[in-house]
Formats: sequence, C-alpha cells, structure tokens
Amino acid sequence: MIAYIIRRVLYAIPILIGVNLLTFMLFFVVNSPEEVARLHLGDRYTTQEQVEAWKQEHGYDKPLLYNPDSAGLDSLTDTIFYTKSVRLFVFDFGNSDSGRNIGHDIRQRMWPSLAIAVPTLLLGLLLNTTLALMLAFFRASYLDVGGVVLCVILMSISSLFYIIGGQYLVGKLLQLVPISGYDTGFEAVKFLILPVIISVIYGIGSGTRWYRTLFLEEISKDYVRTARAKGLSEQWVLFRHVLRNALIPILTGVVVILPLLFMGSLITESFFGIPGLGSYTIDAIQRQDFSIVRAMVFLGTALYILGLLLTDISYTLADPRIRLR
Amino acid sequence: MAESHFITIPILVRCTRCCGLSCRWGAIALLVLLTGCGDSWNNPHGEESASEAVLYASFSDRPQFMDPARSYTSTSYSFIQQIYEPPLAYHYLKRPYELKPLSAVRMPEVHYLDEYGNELPPGVPMEQVAYTEYRVEIRPGIRYQPHPALARREDGSYRYHGLTEADLEPVNVLADFPHTGSRELVAEDFVYQIKRLADPRRHCPIAGIIAEYIEGFAEFQAYIQNTEDVPMDLRGLSMSGVESLSRYSYRVRLKGTYPQFIYWLAMPFFAPMPWEADVFHEQPGMAQRNLTLHWYAIGTGPYMLTENNPNLRMVLERNPNFRGEPYPGEGEPGDAEAGFLTDADRTMPFIDRAVFSLEKESIPRWSKFLQGYYDLSGIGSDSFDQAIEYGGGGEVGLTDEMEAKGIVLRTAVDLTVFYMGFNMLDPVVGGYGERSRLLRRAISIAVDYEENISIFTNGRGIPAQGPLPPQIFGVREGEAGINPYVYRWENGQAVRRNIEEARDLMRQAGYQNGIDQETGKPLVLYFEAVGAGPDAKASLNWLRKQFAKLDIQLVIRATDYNRFRAKMRKGTGQIFQWGWHADYPDPENFLFLLYGPNAQVDTNGPNSANYKNPEYDALFSQMKNIPNGERRQQIIDQMLEILRRDAPWSWGFHPVSYILSHQWVHNNKPTTMSYNTLKYRRIDTGMRGAAIREWNQPTVWPIWAGLVVLAFLILPALIGFLRRERERGR
Repeated sequence: MIAYIIRRVLYAIPILIGVNLLTFMLFFVVNSPEEVARLHLGDRYTTQEQVEAWKQEHGYDKPLLYNPDSAGLDSLTDTIFYTKSVRLFVFDFGNSDSGRNIGHDIRQRMWPSLAIAVPTLLLGLLLNTTLALMLAFFRASYLDVGGVVLCVILMSISSLFYIIGGQYLVGKLLQLVPISGYDTGFEAVKFLILPVIISVIYGIGSGTRWYRTLFLEEISKDYVRTARAKGLSEQWVLFRHVLRNALIPILTGVVVILPLLFMGSLITESFFGIPGLGSYTIDAIQRQDFSIVRAMVFLGTALYILGLLLTDISYTLADPRIRLR
Repeated sequence: MAESHFITIPILVRCTRCCGLSCRWGAIALLVLLTGCGDSWNNPHGEESASEAVLYASFSDRPQFMDPARSYTSTSYSFIQQIYEPPLAYHYLKRPYELKPLSAVRMPEVHYLDEYGNELPPGVPMEQVAYTEYRVEIRPGIRYQPHPALARREDGSYRYHGLTEADLEPVNVLADFPHTGSRELVAEDFVYQIKRLADPRRHCPIAGIIAEYIEGFAEFQAYIQNTEDVPMDLRGLSMSGVESLSRYSYRVRLKGTYPQFIYWLAMPFFAPMPWEADVFHEQPGMAQRNLTLHWYAIGTGPYMLTENNPNLRMVLERNPNFRGEPYPGEGEPGDAEAGFLTDADRTMPFIDRAVFSLEKESIPRWSKFLQGYYDLSGIGSDSFDQAIEYGGGGEVGLTDEMEAKGIVLRTAVDLTVFYMGFNMLDPVVGGYGERSRLLRRAISIAVDYEENISIFTNGRGIPAQGPLPPQIFGVREGEAGINPYVYRWENGQAVRRNIEEARDLMRQAGYQNGIDQETGKPLVLYFEAVGAGPDAKASLNWLRKQFAKLDIQLVIRATDYNRFRAKMRKGTGQIFQWGWHADYPDPENFLFLLYGPNAQVDTNGPNSANYKNPEYDALFSQMKNIPNGERRQQIIDQMLEILRRDAPWSWGFHPVSYILSHQWVHNNKPTTMSYNTLKYRRIDTGMRGAAIREWNQPTVWPIWAGLVVLAFLILPALIGFLRRERERGR
C-alpha cells in the first residue's frame, strides 16, 4: 500500500502543475499584471511609476510564462508563473496581493467553514440513511413512491430558496434564531443552527434518493435472499446485512469530500455572514487577488486528490478483498 | 447570559425527572437553542447588548486598508475617520460644507512667498507667488490611543521595539500584547506622515498629485525609489517642503498656489502617524501574523479599533485617552427643529462602542434592521417599496409599516455625478465642430435621465444640469441653473426638451432619421458597457431605446472593468458611463474632470472624455486660484456655459442617499463628505431595549406543531413496519 500511496502522490504533482497552469492562464488571459496593479492602487491619480513599483513589490514585474531576456532554464524560472508557483508545493502560500499572509488567513477561516460542514455532513448522513432505509423497507408502496416524489421535489428547488425561505420563516417570522451572523466559541451555536438545518434539508432529496438506490441494489442480491430464507426478520436483514454492505459506497462517497469540507460553502457563507473559506475565495475573485485565487485553487486540488487517495484506502478497510498495489 | 441560565436549567432538571431519556435529549436541544439568547432568541448581539451604549450597523464591502497613507475608499474611511484625526474636518451640521479645526488649534495660516522664500504682502497677484506656505498649529495635550507600539518599560525604552521570533510566538492579534502605552501628539507626527505618503513602498494612491504641489515631495519619492535599504522609519530623512516648526506647529510649502490644499488637510492622508507604529509593525514576524498598519490603526480620535475582522465584524471602542470634544452649537436652518442641536455643547463621544457586522446580502441586512438589531440602514431596491412611498405631489415619505416602528428617514444629495461621456477623440461623436456638437446635444435630450432615475434608482437622484452637484459653490438655483440646451424652464421647473427638438438637431447635424446624409448609411454608435449580466441588461436595453428615439442604432460593447479602463486610457471607447465622487466640496474637484491637461489619453488623468477647450482651460486656471465669491461665480458660469454648449457629457444625475434610522438613534444628520460621524451619534438604549423585546418575541408553537405533524407521518410508517413484521412472523 505504501508504494501505491507514493505513486499516487507522484501522480498528483503533474496534476497540480497542470491545474496551477490553467488557473494562471485563465486569470491572466482576462487581466494583465498592469490591470491588476491599477485595480489594487485605485482609479484616481495613479501614475505609471506607482504601477511599476506595485508590480515590482508583488512580483508581477516579470514576463508571464517565458522570459526571452534570460538564458537557459532561467528563461522559464525568471517568470511570474514559476516564482508564484514553486512555493505552493511546500504549501507556502505567501502574501495576498493586498499584503496579508494567506496561510494565516486560511488557518483562521477554515474553522467557521468546518463548523457548518461537519454537523451538516453528520446529521445529513444520519437522516438520509434513515429515510432511505425506510423507503427501501416500504419499497414499491405508496410511501415509497411518495417519498421519491418528495425527494425529486426537494432536489428541484434552488438552494437559494431554502436559504431565503429558511431565514424568512425561522429567523424573521418565528424569530427563533438570528437570521445571520457568526461568533466565536460556544456563542457560535445559535448562528449555526439555521444554516446547518437548511443545509441538511437541502441535501435530503439527493442524499435519500441515492442511498435508497444503493439499498435497493443490495436488497436484490443473493445474500439478502439467503438471509430471508433463513427466516431472519426484515429489520435484521436491513440493519445487519443491507446497511452494512451499502455503507461501503456511502462511506467512500463521504471520504472523498472530507478534505473538501475545509473549503466551505460559497452561498451559505455569504447569506449567513459566516467568515469561512468559501467567502474568502469569492472575495478574492471579486477583488482580482490572484495570489489568493491561485492558493485556494491549489489547495482545493490538493485536498481533492487527498480525498480520492483516502477513498481508495477506505475501500481496503471496508472490503478486505481489495488490495492496493 | 445570566438570564438565559435561569430559563434553561430548570427545564433540563424537570424533564430529566419526569420524561426519561428522550425528554433529556429534547431539553438539551432546547438548551443549545436558548443558550445566550434570553428573551429574544434571535438577537445576534447577545441579550445585554440592547441596553449598552453601543451602535450596531453593517457593512457590505470589506475595508482593505487601515493605513491612512493607503486607504482611499469610502468603506475604509467610515472606520479610519473615527480613529485618525487630520488637522481639519468638516462641520457636522453646516451646509454647504464648511471646514473647521480638528486637531489644529485654528485654521492654518497661509503665507505667500516669492521664489527666494521671502514673504509677499497680502493681496499680491497670484502670478507673483512662487510658493504658498501653510502653517498649522496643533492642540497641545492630544494623546494617542493605548497601543503596544507606544508601551515603554520603567527605564523609558520601548517594550516591543526589539521583538524576536520567540517573543512573537504566542502573538496572533494585537490584543495579545499585554502592555500598551501612549504619548502626546506632536507636530513631527504630521510631518512624518507626509513623508510616508511620499514613500513608494506605501503605495499612497494620491502620491502622484501631491508630488505636483508639495515642494520636495517628488525628490523625496525619487530618493527612496533609487536608494537601497531605506528604512521604513523615515525620521532620518527630510523633505524640503515639510518641516516641524515647534513641538506643536509645522509648515507645508506648496509650489505656486493651490487653494484646494486646505481641503487636503481634512483628508486622512494628512492625519498624524507616530514613528513608533512603523518601527513596531515592520519588525520581522509581524507581517506573517498580519500585524501590519494596514490592519491595525493607531490614532488620536474618539474611537480605537479593537476588533478588525472584516470578514465578520469591526468593533470600535471609545479611546480612553480622547480629550473630549463639544457637540456643535450651531448648524443650518432647520437643524434645531430636527433635533440636531439638542446635544449642543455636550461633550462627545456619546457612544461607547460601535459594532459593524459584515452583511453581504441585502435581505438578512434589511430583516435585522427591521428587528431592531441594526440601528441604521440604507434601502436596497428589493425593500424600497416596503420602506418608501411617494405622496401625490411626489414628496418622499415612509410607509405606514415604517412609521409604526418609528423609523426615521433622512435624505441627502450625494456630492457625486454619474454621467454619460463622449470620447472627444472619436471621429463621430467627438470633435469640436458643429456637427458633432449638435449630435451630442440631441443625444443629451433623448437620453431621459428623469426616466432612468425613476426606473433604476427608485427616484433616488436628481438630473444633472452640469458637472456640479447641488451644495457645491457655483451651482445656481432656478432658471439660471438649468442647462438650456437640454431643458426649458416651465411653470417654475426644468422640463426636458421635446424629442422633436432633438430630432431637429439631428437633422441639422446631417443625421436626419438616423441616416448619415454624407454616406447614406444608418448611424451606428457604440457604448462601452461594464458587464452585461442580468442586472445590467435592463439598463442597457433602456439605453438602446433612448438612442432609438433618434433612430440611432446603439451597439453595446460589453466588457469587464479592467478592459473598460484600458479602453479609456487608450481613448478607443466611443460612449461610456462613469461617475465621480467629490474628494472635497470645491467646484475645482468637479470642473477638473473636463480640464484639457487632465485628459486621460495624455496623462491618465480624470478627464475621461478627453475634452480640450482652450477657453475652458484658461477659465479653469483662473477659477481654481480664487476664493469663492462673485468673480469666481462669474467664471464658473462661463465654464458651465461652454460645457453645456459643447456637451462632452450627457450630464446624467446626482444620486440621493436615503438613510433610515431607528427612533432611538439621535444626531443622525446625513453627510456625504465626511465620515467621522460616530462621535456625534447618541443612542437611547432604554428605548432600543424595549423595542427589541417587543418586536422579537419567539413563536414556539410551530415547533410543537411540526413535531406533531412529524409524529403523524412516522406513525403510519411505524404501524406498517410492525404489521409487516407480524405478517412475516406468521
């Protein structure tokens, strides 16, 4: 397994370089370093000297990808792309274009994102599994059909509707929790209740349908028929046999998103005023802060690769027949 | 918090006795729900907050820089102007805006000098003046806020000026430094700050224009630019035009004359900065922890920034070292009736703390204002109809719902102009010949800004008659103030000229029915639009419709803001929209937007239309150097007549701000020029607490109803489950 992990890590390097290159190209196709400098310095009274000084200070005074004035390898390394990218591979994100330390900001802002993502994941997993088991138990009944229709309806509604509707109903009409905001420590709980509930409800439709499909697939397998033939109760069959085997794809699906929980939710954080990493990224895009955009895309890619690797490993733990070589 | 424990703990105890395990979990859930909430469960600030002298407000754009050398946005200004004190400030109540001393003892003395530095007698012609010297005397006894940069040991040495990485190990925010100190403000701090403005490493956004006026400023910039290892502490360097004369006075010497410099002295750029702050923040390891002057302010003003988390909230607290300042005793007519003089001569500030929370979305922001959790609010377009209604005569008023809550509406015309510009370098719409001039005038009549204001800003604006907004010197009232090329004066008001008159101008220009009489081809014009998303689409369609009145085909060239600015710099755009907000309330700050030497193509200046009229430029040079008075008014009249005739802009409109506040907020006079308004405001905390309690009683029954419904849903499933199990058992 160690060899497999090392090989996957090595595979990750060209992927990270490729994603980084793509981000770089997309960003600078739209913006030149000069325009970025002018955006940061402001519209009024900005002189060319100020623009040049800003570019020099922030490392934007070099050619983008290829430096014709340098010889040999320097023609590739004495460029904005290389100087801005190489430190990423040791997770040194450097400073944002406005001068703040990105690593420091990420460490601060990942906690609010996690504060929403973790309870949402756990509650959602529990609720969706329960509902899916129930639908699987009553398969082909009115309850099942009704449940599936309800799931499709829930899936078809925009997340914005849930958020705005939830804020209106729970925060404004019933006045049970604050409409938006955040705080540190235990005080954060009252601000998290509504976004977590809304996120869980939003995920019920797709989660329950998916899990129901997994359960139904398991239910039709031979070992289930055998278990029933042995006279086991349906309850026992479902909870001891079906659930256990269906959990493998469920858990592997969860493991792949585990690292990405850090990255936060863009819309939820924005509407609820949660200072997480989702809003950090969108703010950076709006301010055209390439350093943050690049760092967050890199981090997201790296975490996704990590998630896939963890998924593979979790297969071996969930199913002893699987070996990673 | 204490109150919330009384509520929740008995519930927990009772339930565990009578209901067993399931009730215990229910009680725990309730405990979680209720903790910290007290009477109003939805209070985002905590229960005690309503009774404290705290102002709660929101912001939607994060402030980027707290360093007064770099900061130049209204969002940043709304914070740093509570902290930093330049020598002058605008009178809170008087209109038109009037300067008054702030950290200065009196208004600066102005001395005119010849080329040898000899003082010239008063009244000397401006052409003879080689230098103008402003001498500023500051108030003794002003002290900085408590700050670790100023903390000293018993022996007088600075406690935190030689920090090592090990010292910084436990530090993440400024509050982690256990010791703070203060010292008296001295004139050298103002001198030091002006040197900082010249330091290219500080990226002062107006350094370029300052260098044109302050003697020695450009040389100072060049020296730092061309010298290696210049320390960030600039005390060792001198700037010839700026000098400390004594502990409490300093002078700034300008090249030639520039009367508008007096307004600069009210901008945060010219607020004092102690050298210790630079030494402290530039130490190794500080930037890695984001402990920079961009993030942490140090001032002498009424408030200090105690929490700077622009992703969540910004907290200003009363500066314990603030000297106190009397509330103004006089204002403009009507201020006394409006209650703005109730606190006359009382010592400010009145508020202990101000909490500004980030609210990016308008819906939660508006809802929390209506719940009383924000004391002030603007009005978004989606909530406009809920808040505002117009009377039969067009007068603005609040809806019954707002009136019932005691909400107060204040309006003020912004010192801003949004205009549609014509690139004067363009061969079709530009140029100074009669043909293009008539075309521009025809378009100016056709583009109906009254309609635009009504549709896109809910009536919050007034059509512009020229570049000058109301309340700026030079604007005339009534018929004398209208643009006669676009409006007629009828029944005591300006009325836009008929579209037939515009069509007639088109005919005179050789574009009858939108056909170029010279080429026989339809007239096609190009509009440079920033963004073409759903929001912009409606206004762009509207604009097309306006041009279509003259049978002109308008092609929208949508782009992003960066590309748009690049087009403007290169002069390749044809028709565009832009805006300008005043730096200072002087006509020069608007009329220079059309001054030839400021043409954007030539100098990247603010003249984006690249308008160049020698007659106008000559008048501008005269106007900018003379004080407000009849002579200046006459020159401005001439300048406005030239501009209206040439029509390099279709004059657009001046936006009007609508500010809502709750009845418990006092002294909330709208001001669009200065931002240091927090110290004037007063909160009636008793009234706020009562209102919040009344307006925010939680409604619990739907929870129980929901649980009952859920039980009814689960019950058939449970019965079905049991029945199936029984059937299998048989």
